[in-house]
Order: sequence, then structure tokens, then C-alpha cells
Amino acid sequence: MTKPNLAVDVAGIRMKNPVTTASGTFGFGSEYAPFVDLNRLGAIVVKGTTLLPRQGNPLPRIVETPAGILNAIGLQNPGVNHFIEVALPYLRQFDLPVIVNIAGDTVEDYATLAARLDEVPGVAGLEVNISCPNVKKGGLAFGADPDSAAAVVRAVKGATRLPVVVKLSPNVTSIVRLAEAVVEAGADALSMINTLLGMAIDIRRRRPALANVMGGLSGPAIRPVAVRAVWQVYQALKVPIVGMGGIVTAEDALEFIMAGATAVAVGTANFINPRATTDIIEGIERFLVEEGVSDIQELIGAAHM
Amino acid sequence: MAVDIPAEVVQQEQVGPGLYRLSLYAPQITRSAVPGQFVYIRCTDNLDPLLRRPISIHGVNRERGELFLLYQVVGRGTALLAARRRGERLGVMGPLGRGFTLQAPGQRVVLVGGGIGVAPLVFLGQVLVQRNNQVCLLVGARSADQLPVGKEGYTAPFELAVATDDGSCGHHGPVTDLLEKILAGEGADMVYACGPRGMLHQTALLLARYDVPGEFSLEERMGCGVGACLSCVCKTAGKGGEPLQYRRVCVEGPVFPADQLVWD
Ligand SMILES: Cc1cc2nc3c(=O)[nH]c(=O)nc-3n(C[C@H](O)[C@H](O)[C@H](O)COP(=O)(O)OP(=O)(O)OC[C@H]3O[C@@H](n4cnc5c(N)ncnc54)[C@H](O)[C@@H]3O)c2cc1C
Ligand SMILES: Cc1cc2nc3c(=O)[nH]c(=O)nc-3n(C[C@H](O)[C@H](O)[C@H](O)COP(=O)(O)O)c2cc1C
Ligand code: FES
Repeated sequence: MTKPNLAVDVAGIRMKNPVTTASGTFGFGSEYAPFVDLNRLGAIVVKGTTLLPRQGNPLPRIVETPAGILNAIGLQNPGVNHFIEVALPYLRQFDLPVIVNIAGDTVEDYATLAARLDEVPGVAGLEVNISCPNVKKGGLAFGADPDSAAAVVRAVKGATRLPVVVKLSPNVTSIVRLAEAVVEAGADALSMINTLLGMAIDIRRRRPALANVMGGLSGPAIRPVAVRAVWQVYQALKVPIVGMGGIVTAEDALEFIMAGATAVAVGTANFINPRATTDIIEGIERFLVEEGVSDIQELIGAAHM
Repeated sequence: MAVDIPAEVVQQEQVGPGLYRLSLYAPQITRSAVPGQFVYIRCTDNLDPLLRRPISIHGVNRERGELFLLYQVVGRGTALLAARRRGERLGVMGPLGRGFTLQAPGQRVVLVGGGIGVAPLVFLGQVLVQRNNQVCLLVGARSADQLPVGKEGYTAPFELAVATDDGSCGHHGPVTDLLEKILAGEGADMVYACGPRGMLHQTALLLARYDVPGEFSLEERMGCGVGACLSCVCKTAGKGGEPLQYRRVCVEGPVFPADQLVWD
């Protein structure tokens, strides 16, 4: 049998395979370059970027939980100018769509970031983070309310010609309502899910284990919640979805694709296996060969009747 | 360059209560490893506990491709590590991080290790002795049976002094007492330290008082081990009034100049 086709298109972002990285878990790519040939990834989604550099939250910022982790990094990043001047030129050496994850404190911040990145060669798309549970302003404050989420998306769409992927939070009553609001406001694609708000207590110190008290839960522990979110939104809307949340193996990734994701992002798994992304790409290809499937498109949403 | 390899357990040896010395066959790592660097180990093939565990490089045998680790069982990850037997393979990433800067030959250096913090200092001491530095290792522990090195029978190729909190071996009191005596007497050109935060803070105060440079190896909770997740940061600010910033222990460290660290 000839090699199956793995290429997908997420709202104009052309990926040679459906596997990308989850923002905040793969840095700006160079960190994992000793372990992974970046040319093999379908795309890279870089660390959340803000207008100005950010210090992030106090320590400890990470705690392990059963088959998961809680993090409260607080969007520490060197700012958009540093990204454009230092990280992007490095990434441009590779044959790899670069998707920039952006976050702001105000609607204007998001629009300014989108405009700033619009002029820059080498950026394939924006992922709008309105779902970070670890920052006081912005973040989840926008993502939990359909009206403010829509306002952010409209502002970003008005400021850029780049494809706009909106990253949704599971910390809401109805992720479908939120998805509808941002798609109506112009979102070209959705990514889901961001981390689940969680908490752990250090019983010896009788204090919250994280300095920030609460944090975002990620890893295999959240996978069923994420698959459900992708399933529900695919059922309700015709919009490309980038699925993520606890993907460790090719089998996990295929669950998301069959639930309706066009592409998938690998996050926490990179920490355990630095080659998780490429292992998953190979595993998906093997699965297609075994099942006699010639094109990955056939599997997108395949679990829906 | 760092690699991620399945490393075979050559030997697992208990050297004290909850203290283990592990030797792994990892030639791709020993080839380039320098003192102060660490490896990031998968203690289990399952997903719970999920994360790898960072352990300092305690020594290398380059001819045999062997990597030595010295570690203490404190929780689930290290308990699983202690249960691994000869011939088993575990995922090991390394060498990671920035190690100690070596002193010019002939200089007198003091190494201060608190508890299991002595692990990377033994490797450092060996390399410094090869470079004709005059080396003195100070080891502090709660009691004699908690001493990973410095007990009877342990031969280090350099001067060694011990302090215990309960006085069951060597000086009765904190290891920084020994350091202060040296700094007030013959002095030192450089002090390297690794151990609990309180011990490092005391050491930093002594170094400032006697105006001696130092380098400390820090521990922080890690996610990725390679600089991507920003969970392992520590607070730094230069002596020259450089602004406060969070730097990543896994790539900018684990070794930092003592006068750049912020103790709060
Ligand atoms: C750069 C570096 C080098 C180290 N070198 C050594 C060494 O040579 N020998 C040795 O015995 N120990 C060393 N440690 C500490 C060692 O990593 C921890 O003791 C170990 O991770 C504890 O895991 P656990 O599952 O047994 O404990 P648990 O308490 O069950 O671990 C829970 C979580 O806390 C983290 N954690 C707990 N204690 C520490 C700690 N002190 N530092 C960082 N993370 C921690 C674990 O990684 C895990 O994510 C080093 C730590 C770092 C950062
Ligand atoms: C350490 C860490 C940092 C993260 N930083 C960001 C971020 O900057 N922006 C963002 O949109 N999501 C961020 N996330 C969320 C992930 O991109 C992803 O949505 C989530 O972790 C679920 O996927 P996983 O279970 O595969 O990790 C972060 C997650 C982790 C664990
Ligand atoms: S452990 Fe991820 S940045 Fe250091």
C-alpha cells in the first residue's frame, strides 16, 4: 500500500501531519531540538506571548497529581518583541508552520498583539488564549463569558489577516455556547481544551501546594473531559478543531481525531517523553496502514454516526 | 548534546538508610557530562507518577560508559527508582543543565555539601583534583548514619571534614561552622555548595562577609527539564543591581553564582 496521506488544513494553516505542540509545553522549539527533528512536526504552537515581558507567578509553580500535573506558571514570557527578534528567526529555519499563542489583560492588548504579528513573515496563524486559569486579569476572565470572549475575537479578527484559532477553557458550564459565540465573532478554528482549574494541598505544611493556590490541571487525567469537549463542539459546529488534553500516544490522538479534531496538540506528554510528538506521528501513520485508510481525513469525526 | 536513552542498570547499592548509589550504562551521557549537570529519569514506565525525577551526576567512568548517581528515597518516584534492579532499563535524559565553572589550577577550593547535596560535589572534587586544585570537602548531615560520604571506609581523593547535627560524627553543629573556620583562617579562592536552602543561605552570608566567590547548585520542581515549561525557576538579581528575574534552574542552572541568588 502507498503511504497514507497525513496532511491536514486548519483554516488555511497547512500541516504535513495533524500533530502540533500545546502552547507552554514546548517553549519556542529550540528547547526540544536536541530530541526532536522540528521539520517532522505538523506545526508548532509556541509559549503564550504577551505585549510586554512577564515575570510569572511565585514558586512552587508545579505539583504532580494522579496521572497529571497542576501548573501555575502565570504566563512568564519575554514579550512579543523578543519573540519576533529571537525565537522566530530560529524557527524560520524549519519547514514548519508557526502558530503564536497570544494573551492579554485587555481587549486592546489582544488587538495590538494581533496587529504586531500580522506584519511578520514566518507566522502562520494566531492561537488566542482566552482560557489561562493562572493570570488574574485577562485569561479566563475573557474565556468564561461568551460576550467578552466574542469581543476579544472580533478585535483580533479586525487587526489581522492571519488565521485565528481560539483556545477554549473547559472551566465553563457549556463549552458549546462559548464555541458558538467565538465562531460567530469570526474565529476560523478552535483549540480545546486548556487546563482544568484544580488545586492540591500539602498536608504537612497545611497549605495549598501551589504558591498561586489554584492551578491548571493537564496530562492523561484530563483526557476524557477533553475528548468530550471536542465531541460536543464538533457535533454543534462546522469549524476545524485542534484537540488536546492528555494525549500521550497515537491511540490517544486518534480518539480526538475520531471525536472531530482536524489536528491534535501534544502538551504534558513532552515532559515525560521528549519525542512524544514524533512517536505519535509515526503511530498514526502505522494505524492508517493497518486499517487500510489512505487519508487521515476519513477519520476526522469518524466516531459520530 | 543531551540525549534521551534507555540506560541499563549496572548496579544498585544501598549505602545507608534510604540512601542508594546507582550505576547506569550510559556512554552517550558520560562522554560529555561535567560536574553540576544532572539527568532526568523515568522512575517507572507507567503514567503515575507522571513526571521524571532530576538527579545530579555523582560521577562517571568514561572508559566503561558508566554514570553514577547518589540519591535519597523521599517519596514515590525515588522509591520506584530504588526498586529497579540490575539489567533493567530506564529512560534517562542528559546531561542537562549548566555545571560548575572550574577554577584555575593551583587554587584552593572548598566544597560544602548538606545531606544528599554532597552528590554532585564528589564528581566536582574529583575533576578539580585532576586539575591540581587544592580541594577540601565539607559534609553535613543530621547524624552519622545519614552520611552518604565521609563515613569510615569512604575514600575521597581530597581533604574531608564532617559535621553532624547530633554530634554522632565529626563536628557537632551545622556544616557552615566548618566553612566559617576555614574562611576566617587559611581562606579559600572559591566555594561550591549544594544542599538545603537554609544551608545555602547561611553559606551565602558567610561568602559575602569574607568576600569569597561561590557557586551553588539549586533544586526546584521540574516539568520538562529542558527549559520549555518555566516551572523550575528561581529568583535572581545581580550584585551589581541587576533587575530581579526568574531564571530556569534546568537550563540557566542548576548552578548559579552565589551573589546572584535572592533569598526570600
Ligand atoms: C537539579 C537537581 C538535582 C538533584 N539531585 C539529586 C541527587 O543527586 N540526589 C537526590 O537524592 N536528590 C536529588 N534531587 C532531588 C530529587 O529530584 C527529589 O528528591 C526527587 O525528585 C523526589 O521525588 P519523589 O517522587 O521521591 O518525591 P515526592 O515528594 O513524591 O515528589 C513529588 C514531586 O516533588 C518533586 N520534588 C520533591 N522533592 C524535590 C526536590 N528536592 N527537588 C526537586 N523536585 C522535588 C518531585 O520531582 C515530584 O515532582 C535533585 C533535584 C534537582 C532539581
Ligand atoms: C506548564 C504548562 C504551561 C502552559 N502554558 C500555556 C500557555 O502559555 N498558553 C496556553 O494557551 N496554554 C498553556 N498551557 C495549556 C496547554 O497548552 C494545554 O492546553 C493543556 O496542558 C492540555 O494539554 P495536555 O494535557 O496535553 O498538556 C500550558 C500547560 C502547561 C502544562
Ligand atoms: S523544568 Fe521546564 S523549564 Fe525547567
